[in-house]
Amino acid sequence: MEKLLEVKDLEVSFQTYGGEVQAVRGVSFHLNKGETLAIVGESGSGKSVTSQTIMRLIPTPPGKIKNGQIIFNGEDLVKKTDKEMEQIRGKDIGMIFQDPMTSLNPTMKVGQQIMEVLMKHLKMSKSAAKERAIELLRLVGIPMPEKRVNQYPHEFSGGMRQRAMIAVALASNPKLLIADEPTTALDVTIQAQILELMKDLQKKTGTSIIFITHDLGVVANVADRVAVMYAGKIVEMGTVDEIFYDPRHPYTWGLLASMPSLDSDDKAELAAIPGSPPDLTNPPKGDAFAPRNPYAMKIDFELEPPMFKISDTHYAATWLLHPDAPKVEPPEAVKKRLRKLSSNYPQPVIVKESE
Amino acid sequence: MLRYISKRLLYMLLSLFLIVTATFFLMRAAPGGPFTSEKQIPPEIEKNLNEFYGLDLPWYHQYFNYLVSIAKWDFGPSFKYKGQTVNDLIEEGFPVSFFLGMEALLLAVSIGVLLGIIAALNHNKWQDYGAMVFAVLGISVPSFIMASILQYFLAIKLGWFPVARWESLQHTVLPALALAATLTAFIARLTRSSMLEVLGNDYIRTAKAKGLSRGQITVKHAIRNALLPVVTYLGPLSAQVLTGSFVIEKIFGIPGLGSHFVTSITNRDYTTIMGVTVFYSILLLLAVLLVDIAYGFIDPRIKLAGGKKGE
Repeated sequence: MEKLLEVKDLEVSFQTYGGEVQAVRGVSFHLNKGETLAIVGESGSGKSVTSQTIMRLIPTPPGKIKNGQIIFNGEDLVKKTDKEMEQIRGKDIGMIFQDPMTSLNPTMKVGQQIMEVLMKHLKMSKSAAKERAIELLRLVGIPMPEKRVNQYPHEFSGGMRQRAMIAVALASNPKLLIADEPTTALDVTIQAQILELMKDLQKKTGTSIIFITHDLGVVANVADRVAVMYAGKIVEMGTVDEIFYDPRHPYTWGLLASMPSLDSDDKAELAAIPGSPPDLTNPPKGDAFAPRNPYAMKIDFELEPPMFKISDTHYAATWLLHPDAPKVEPPEAVKKRLRKLSSNYPQPVIVKESE
Repeated sequence: MLRYISKRLLYMLLSLFLIVTATFFLMRAAPGGPFTSEKQIPPEIEKNLNEFYGLDLPWYHQYFNYLVSIAKWDFGPSFKYKGQTVNDLIEEGFPVSFFLGMEALLLAVSIGVLLGIIAALNHNKWQDYGAMVFAVLGISVPSFIMASILQYFLAIKLGWFPVARWESLQHTVLPALALAATLTAFIARLTRSSMLEVLGNDYIRTAKAKGLSRGQITVKHAIRNALLPVVTYLGPLSAQVLTGSFVIEKIFGIPGLGSHFVTSITNRDYTTIMGVTVFYSILLLLAVLLVDIAYGFIDPRIKLAGGKKGE
C-alpha cells in the first residue's frame, strides 16, 4: 500500500513561563492512501498537537518543532515556509475541528466560507464557487442547500455546522482529512450521523483520514488502524482488531477497561485509570505511564521501554513484552475480549531505533 | 426595520421628556438666577425682567410653557446674549463644532483603528509597544496641553498652521488634531484588545487551516468582528465630539457650541442651559440609534426587533 503521510520521530515543544513543555516526544507513524487512522489518548497526550503540527498550525513561538520529519506526498512539511504551507492547507489537507459552534466565522455566510476555499485553491469564479458550495452542502446532507448557502452560522444547529465544516474541509478534494475530535461537542445521535457521513464521504472521495478522539467507541466505528498516545508518545499502534482484541500495553488495557460495553454485567463498576498524566515540563525518567501502571516493574521507572513488534502492523512500547518479563494477566474486562490473532509473530520482536 | 425605527423614535421622545424635566428642575434647584450679579439691580427692574421672561409665573406654569415651546423647536431668548435666541446660538455654533468634530472623528477612527490592528497583528513586538506608548501618551496628556504643544511646535516654531482663530481649512487642522489625540488613543487601545481577542478565536484557526494568507485572514475574518466594540463606543463618543469641546474652543478661539455648555451654567442662563442640553440629548440619542442600526448590518446575529423573521 502506498504511504500518503509518514511522520518520523516528531518532537514538538512549547516555551512557557514554567519551562519547556514537551508536548510531543518522538512520534512516528504513517498513513496509507484511503485509510483511516485513529489517534486516541486522554487530554494532554499530544494528539491534537501532533495533528496541528502536520498542518503547521501550532503558533511558533511559543511552539517549536524540535526534531523529526513529516513526509506528505513525498515532501517534508517541516521544511516548508509559511507561504508554501498556504498552498497545502485547505487544498491537500483539510481539517475539521472540535467545536462547530466556534469554528465558523459568525459574521460570514456559510456559503462564503466554503467558497473561499474554492476560489483560493481551485481558482474558481465566484458564481462557479457558489454552485459548487451548494453541491457540497448537499453532499454533506444539508437540506435545502440553495437557501442554506446564504445563511449565517447562527442559523445552523450544531450538527449542521459540523456538516458545514466538513464541507469546508472537503471543498478542494484534499488527499488527507484531519478530524480533531469532530464529534466530541455533539450529542450522541448527531455523533453517529456525522461519523456515518464521514465514512460515506471517504468511500466517495477516497481521502485518507486522521481521526483524533478520546472516545474508543468512535474508534471502533471508523478506524482502520489505531495509535494510542500517552504523554507525547505513541505507546501502542495496530489495526482496530489488534487494539481491541489483542491489546498489549497496560495503558490500552486501562482505556478498554474504562469503556462500558453492552455485555458487561451491570453490577461491575467501570475501571478508571488512577492518577493523572505526567507534567511534560519534566517528563519522568523511564516509562511515563509507570506511576499509574499497576503492572509497572522496577525497570519501568529506570529505562524507557523500546517498541516491540507483535505482528506486521502491531507495535507496543512496554517492558511486559520482553522475553524476561513475568507473565501478567490483563484486567478482567480486557481478558473477556481477547482473541487469538493468527498474524502475530511467535515472539514480540524489539524494533531497532533506525526502523 | 421601519417599525423598529419608529418604535425607537417613540422611546427617544420619552427619554427626551425625562431629560427636559430633570434638567428643568435641577436647574431651578440651583441657587441664584439669571439676573443675580454683583451689581445690585433695582427691585423694580428685576421684577420687570422676571415678568418679561415669564419667570414670575408659578413653576408648573413655566414648566408647561417650556414644554410647549420646546415641542415647537423654540428654545426661547438667551438671558445673557441680548437680542439672540438660543436657536440662534445653536445655529451659529453647531456647524462649527460639527465640522471640527467630524474632522477629529475621522482622524481618530482611521488612525486609531489602523494603529490598533497593527499593534494586535504584531502582538508583543516593537510595533505593538510603539503604538501602545503612543496610546498611553494620548490618553494621559490633557487636551489643553496637547493643544499648546501643537500650537508651539507646528504653528509658532514651524509655521505650518495658523495658531488660532476659525477662518480657513488650515485653521481647523490643529484643533482637530488636539481633539483627536485622546480619541485616537482610546480607539487604538479598544481595537487592539478586541482584535487580539478575535485573533484567538477558533474561526481564525479555521481560516488558517483553509490556507488563507495572513492578510486575507485579517481583512476577511478578523477586522469585521473586531470592530463591533469600537462601533458601540463610537455612538456616545461622536455625540460628545460633535457638540464641541469647551477647552479646545477656548484655546483656539473657535466660535463653537462647546463653550455655551459651560458658560451658560455659571450665567444661570436658563434657556441656553435647557437648549443646549436638549440639543445634545437629541444628538446622543440619534447616535445611539444609528449605532444600533449599524450593528444590525455588521453582525448578522443581531436582528433588529420588529423586523420580520427570516429576513
